[in-house]
Amino acid sequence: MPGIFIDVEVAADARSDATLAAKLEEVCPVDIFAATESGVEIVEQNLDECVLCRLCLDAAPPGAVRVIKLYDGTEL
Amino acid sequence: MRLFEFESRQIVKDAGIPVTNYGYALSAEEARSAAAEIGGPVVIKSQVLTGGRMKAGGVKFADTPEEAAAHAAEILELEIGGHMPRGVLVDPKAEVEQEYYAGIVWDGTRKQPMMLFSDMGGIDIEEVAEQHPDHVGRGHFSNLLPFSDFQAKQVIAQTGVTGSELNRATPILAALARLFQTCDMTLAEINPLARLSDGRFVALDAHMDLEDEARPRQKALMAQLGIPAEEQREAHEATPFETAVTAIDSADHRGVIQGKDAGFHGNIGLVIGAGGGSLTLTDAVRSQGGKPANYSEIGGNPSVAKACGLAKAVLEKDGVEKIAVMMSIVSNTRVDIVARGVIKACLELGKDPGETIAIFRIPGAWEEEGFKILDHYGVEYCDRSVSMHEAARRAVEKVQGAAA
Amino acid sequence: MSILINEDTTFIVQGITGREAVNLTRECLDYGSKIVGGVTPGRKGREVHGVPVFDTIDQLIDHNGGAVPDGSVVTVPPGFTKDAVFEAIESGIGLIVIVTERIPRRDVAQMVELANLRGARIIGPNCLGLVVPGVAKMGGIGGPARNTEQAYQPGQVGVMSRSGGMTTEISSTLTAAGLGVSTAVSIGGDAIIGSTYAELMPLFEADEQTEAIVIYTEPGGRMEAQLAEWVAANDSRLPIVAFMAGRFMDDEEMKGMSFGHAGTIVEGKEDTASEKILRLEAAGIPVVERIDEIPDAVKAKL
Repeated sequence: MPGIFIDVEVAADARSDATLAAKLEEVCPVDIFAATESGVEIVEQNLDECVLCRLCLDAAPPGAVRVIKLYDGTEL
Repeated sequence: MRLFEFESRQIVKDAGIPVTNYGYALSAEEARSAAAEIGGPVVIKSQVLTGGRMKAGGVKFADTPEEAAAHAAEILELEIGGHMPRGVLVDPKAEVEQEYYAGIVWDGTRKQPMMLFSDMGGIDIEEVAEQHPDHVGRGHFSNLLPFSDFQAKQVIAQTGVTGSELNRATPILAALARLFQTCDMTLAEINPLARLSDGRFVALDAHMDLEDEARPRQKALMAQLGIPAEEQREAHEATPFETAVTAIDSADHRGVIQGKDAGFHGNIGLVIGAGGGSLTLTDAVRSQGGKPANYSEIGGNPSVAKACGLAKAVLEKDGVEKIAVMMSIVSNTRVDIVARGVIKACLELGKDPGETIAIFRIPGAWEEEGFKILDHYGVEYCDRSVSMHEAARRAVEKVQGAAA
Repeated sequence: MSILINEDTTFIVQGITGREAVNLTRECLDYGSKIVGGVTPGRKGREVHGVPVFDTIDQLIDHNGGAVPDGSVVTVPPGFTKDAVFEAIESGIGLIVIVTERIPRRDVAQMVELANLRGARIIGPNCLGLVVPGVAKMGGIGGPARNTEQAYQPGQVGVMSRSGGMTTEISSTLTAAGLGVSTAVSIGGDAIIGSTYAELMPLFEADEQTEAIVIYTEPGGRMEAQLAEWVAANDSRLPIVAFMAGRFMDDEEMKGMSFGHAGTIVEGKEDTASEKILRLEAAGIPVVERIDEIPDAVKAKL
């Protein structure tokens, strides 16, 4: 089930980066990212818990992670 | 946590205070053998956590074991004030010469426990204090310094009690004061404390409240009384709504939600917070002629899932079409997170948030972000410039308009 | 001026490494408060937002060249609070704000008794602390500095409240009406608290900035009756306006239940909302029905 309020996208080339996956899993306070064998996976049921803290944006290379607020179409 | 009489008597007995040779029975058969063992007239007393059992027929006298069994069978089936009894007490009928009152309560103004003693026992102590103030002795005692028996003696002597009565009653009140402290009671009373025809004092009834906050460190006492750690004793049995909200709250450690609906019969669903805010808002809705369907509290910055769970539980109550989402100004709880939660609840139940949420009035942390979400779903909201009472008025108007 | 704290007040945070304590430390520092150290046993050598952490208050005082802090905010779990407060009192700290909830009454009563013996003052437990608008705050009251500023502007009204959140709601209303706040104290929601309305009144009485008092009250306890008695016995220069929440708890169906705070449990006839309203009004303290009536009620008395 996708989020109603928040969507998170990880750029295609960053998705398989194991180091980034581990980092994202660690920084996100609401467990939106999971590090798996294939790289970063988004835990859909946690998307709406996003607290807009920007920690994932700070942990990733510019543009690799996008946090979209579905209620006004803007990006964090 | 209120204790049953049979538990309170056990505590009193363990503290060295004389009690009658009573029995506790869970069936008519057990009552019969208890009465036979006592061998004489007995009193059968319903074990319920509510007052007024005498009036309700929960206390009966029996002359024979057969009569005792018959009364017990009846009383065990008798519901009193919404409570089913947990067994009966079989008490020998005592030859009482005089009844006294001995009790310990907290005095929040002095911030110390206070002993109360009266030579007019068997009736409500507040009544005695009002009508016969010279028959009530009082005395505070320290929480740091050791308790000494003379403190109890002084309290009893205030009522004019002297002679061997004074000397026999003193260790009883002193023991009660000590157990009040060691067992973390908020109330410990023996009423009546009886002087028998042979001069002995015995506790004929005891009433105790153990402080909920102290339960973690009173595990030994709880185990001794056979009370399971998870047992809750509220003024009433938990309703399905209350059970549901408790389950939602304990499933997630983020934030705290509470919900109550016993005694609420209205149609306005309340998703409100925090402690003082909920009290204020419940009053506000009622003063505007609104009828709340429930009481609730949101606090401590709950997750979206938790806010959503509370709103859903309220919306799933019979007769609730709309909810009012209101809090006093928040500084820890986030406005946008609560907004997401309540809107999600509407959507998951297939309801239009704009129609279902009568008003959203939560000013404070992250309100700009919250208002964007509410705008998107067409929910009416307001900031701190709209008072809590005005927000309640708008909610009542919408719900009653919809009902008409 | 103000009561209890001012721009020079130094304080520490006991339990500073806890999640809520970290937040309130940040918020107090941002607001301009002087936090001179923190204590969490076993965490010596750490820092929380630049504040050094120690194992004991003794170490903290040594580190500060023997200077005893003026106050302490205590945010340790309920089972450890009494010991932490005893440590603060025996270290010579004079003002202790206890944030922790769910502390057994016996422990609270012991802390209060020791504080009285040593001449210390306790605010709380189960409170958010206090704020002198524009000067300093001690505790999580008002939240982040920016939010605190929005709700609390300096002014002439002293606020005392049994609810932390309602302290902010009332102060915000006073701020919006141009009256402002001298000092606001969240006194705590428990049945036994360190400082009641009547016990704080003499401090407000002595504070030149304060010209009126607003209190937020609830069912449960005798604190309001005690205030009414204080008013009758002292020729106070300060008019008082009260707001009573929880009137619905007087309903027959609500008997024996507590709502909102632990202290709302009604244990005697004097504890009910209607009884308290009668007492306060008999003492010349108007009890308004709505928060938005408070500013006019205050202005009418000034």
